[in-house]
Amino acid sequence: MPLIKNGAEAEDVWKYTPDDEPLHGVGSYTVSLERYVMEASSFREGNHTIGVRLKPDDDPAALEPYLDGLALIEIDFPKYTDGRGYSQAQLLRRRYGYEGELRAVGHVLRDQIFYMNRSGFDAYETAHADLGSVLEALSEYSAVYQPGADDRKPVHALRHKS
Amino acid sequence: MYRYDEFDARIVKERVDQFRGQVDRRLSGEILEDEFKPLRLQNGVYLQLHAYMLRVAIPYGQLSSRQLRRLAVIARDYDRGYGHFTTRQNIQFNWVGLKDIPDILESLAEVEMHAIQTSGNCIRNVTSDHFAGAAADELMDPRPWCEIIRQWSTFHPEFAFLPRKFKIAVTAAEHDRAAIRVHDIGLHIREKDGVTGFEVLVGGGQGRTPHIAALVNEFVPETEILDYLEAIMRVYNRHGRRDNKYKARIKILVAELGHEEFTRQVNEEYAAQRSHEKIDLPGGEIERVHAYFAPPEFADKPAVSEGFERAKAADPAFARWADANLHPHKVPGYASVTISLKPVGGVAGDATDAQMMVAAHLAETYAFDDIRVTHAQNLVLAHVALDDLYDVYRELDAAGLSTPNESRITDMIVCPGLDYCNLANARSIPVGQAIQEVFKDPDYEADIGKLHINISGCINACGHHHVGHIGVLGVDKKGEEFYQITLGGRADEKAVVGDIAGPGLKADDVPGAVKRIVDTYRDLRTSREERFIDALERIGHEPFKEAIYAAD
Ligand code: SF4
Repeated sequence: MPLIKNGAEAEDVWKYTPDDEPLHGVGSYTVSLERYVMEASSFREGNHTIGVRLKPDDDPAALEPYLDGLALIEIDFPKYTDGRGYSQAQLLRRRYGYEGELRAVGHVLRDQIFYMNRSGFDAYETAHADLGSVLEALSEYSAVYQPGADDRKPVHALRHKS
Repeated sequence: MYRYDEFDARIVKERVDQFRGQVDRRLSGEILEDEFKPLRLQNGVYLQLHAYMLRVAIPYGQLSSRQLRRLAVIARDYDRGYGHFTTRQNIQFNWVGLKDIPDILESLAEVEMHAIQTSGNCIRNVTSDHFAGAAADELMDPRPWCEIIRQWSTFHPEFAFLPRKFKIAVTAAEHDRAAIRVHDIGLHIREKDGVTGFEVLVGGGQGRTPHIAALVNEFVPETEILDYLEAIMRVYNRHGRRDNKYKARIKILVAELGHEEFTRQVNEEYAAQRSHEKIDLPGGEIERVHAYFAPPEFADKPAVSEGFERAKAADPAFARWADANLHPHKVPGYASVTISLKPVGGVAGDATDAQMMVAAHLAETYAFDDIRVTHAQNLVLAHVALDDLYDVYRELDAAGLSTPNESRITDMIVCPGLDYCNLANARSIPVGQAIQEVFKDPDYEADIGKLHINISGCINACGHHHVGHIGVLGVDKKGEEFYQITLGGRADEKAVVGDIAGPGLKADDVPGAVKRIVDTYRDLRTSREERFIDALERIGHEPFKEAIYAAD
C-alpha cells in the first residue's frame, strides 16, 4: 500500500507479521504489542529491525520502557470513525517522548490526515489518498486553536506574543 | 459579544474553501455519497426525509442583528422562507440544495458564522444560559468561557472522532437554565477564595437511557479548566464504548465504570499531564475574550417605569404578555424579553425570514444589538429598557411574535417527529398542536402557570421528553402510533428523569389526558403560587396517573 512519509512518497521496507507467524529472514517487521513486550529482549539481540503495531485498545504506556529502541510504531485505524489512535499518538509523542516514525495504517482517509498530523503522526499508509491530496490536507488550515504534537503554535499563543 | 480576529476569520474561511472543493467533487461524481457522507457530516449537512438539511452553529445561542438578518436572507433565498431554531440553540434549514451550501457557508462566514461541528461524533456547539449577562441571579457572565471552550474544541485534533457526539453546557446561575445536568459535561461557574472556577458534572444525557450527570469535581480553577476537560475527553475517547452506538455516549461509560472509578481515571489522567502538555492559556487571552462581553452601557433608570405601568393598565393584552414573557434583569429599569416561537398551531422553533428581520430590527433599536436563541426554541432580547417594552411588544405583535406563553404549557419543546425525521416512530408536531388547542385560552393558560411539556417522536428524545414536567414520547406499536406520558421530569438544578405514567395512549387521547393532569393539579395545589412541578413533588404522582386514565 502507498506510503507517504514526512510529506513525500516513501518506500515501505516494513512488514507486519501476525502473532502466529515467525519472522522470516533478515528484515524490518512490525509485531503486535503483546508479542513485542513478550519477546522484546530476544528482538533486541536478533538481526531483525522490529517495530510495533498498536490496536485501538492497546495502552501505549506499555511501550514506555522500550521507546528509545523503536524505529517505528504503527497505529491501526480499523475504521476511520475509531478515534482512539489519536489519543495513543498524542500520548506517545507528548507524554512518553517517542521520536521515531509514527505511522497511521488501516482506514486512513484524506480528511483525517490533518488531525493525524497534529496528533503526532508523520507517516500514512493509505489507499485512499495520493500525495497531492495529503499535502493539501496538511496545509488546509493556517491557524490552529490548540497545542498539539506538531510544532504549530496555537492562536492564543500567537495573539499574546511576549 | 465576541468578534472574530484575523485567526478566527481565516479558520472559518479555510473551512468554507475546503467544503466547496468537497461538494464540487461530489456534484461532479468524483466521489460517491458513501465517501461524501463523513465530509458533509462535518459541515452540518444531513440527508433528511425530503431534502438536505443544513445546521448552522449559533455559539451559546448568541446572535447580533447582522447575523440574524443574514439567517433571514438565507431562509428567504435558499430555503422556503423560514428557519428552525433547535434545542441546541442552533438553526436548521430544512430545504436547502446541496449545490447552494458552499455559498450559504460563505455568506455565513462574512458575518462570523459557520456550521463547524454541528454534526458528527465531535464536541458540538457549547450551550449556555440564554439570560447570560442579564440575569439577576448569575454570579458572572458565562459566555466568555463558552467562547474559550468553543475555540479550544474547534478542530481539536484528538477529539474529532469520539465514540459519539459530545455536548457541553455552561451556566453561572443557581437556577440552571442551561440544563447542564443532562449534558455530557455540565459546567457551573463558581468562585472560591476570590478565584473563578468550575464545578464539573459529567455523564448526563437523554436518549434511550437518560442519566443525570455526576459530580466529578467540585472546583477546577479557571486556569486549569481546559486541561481538565482534556483529561475527561481523553478518558472518554480511549475507553468509551464503540461497539454499540446506543451505548457510546459518555453517560454509559460513567454508569458502567461507576462514578467514583470514572472520577479516579479522570483525575489520574489529569495528574499525569506533564507541563509541556498543558494548554497554557495566557491570562491575557482570558482577559481578551472577557472584554468582548463587557456589559453594554445601561442608562440610569428607576426600577419602576411609569410608561410601562401605564401601558399595562391600558392594554390588557400587553399586560398579559409582560406577565409571561419578561425575566428580571440585573440592572434596574431593564428586563429580558422572550420572543415566543410557539404560537398555537405553529411549529415550535420556526421563524419566517420576515420575523427574523423584525427580531433583528428590535435588537438593534432597543436591545444593544443582542439576540439569544434559547434551548426551549425561543428567542430572547436580553437587555430591554422597561420604558421601551410597549414599543417592542407592538412590533412583535404585528409580526405574529407576541404569544404570551414563556415557560407555560403551550411553550412546548417539540422535536420534528415523523413529519421530517427519518428515525421517528410517531408524529410530534400535530400532537403538540392538539395539546396547544386545549390550552389556548390565555387566561386558562396563565392560571396554570409554569409547566413544561416536552414531546419526542421516538426514544432518541430530541424533544427532551424525559425532562418535561409532562413528557410525551411517540412509540410504534405494531405499526400504530402511541404516546407514552411521563411525569415529573425536569432539566434545571433539581434535574430528574420523569416517570412513565402507564400504558401508551392513542394520539387522539393525549390532549384530554393532559387536560385531566392539569385540572387535577389545579384542584390539588395549595395556591396559584405552587407550580405544577412543586405540587407533583409534594403530592406524588398517583392522582395524576389516575387522571390520565380516567374516562372522560
Ligand atoms: S426524537 Fe426521534 S423523531 Fe424526534 S427528532 Fe429525534 S430522532 Fe427524530
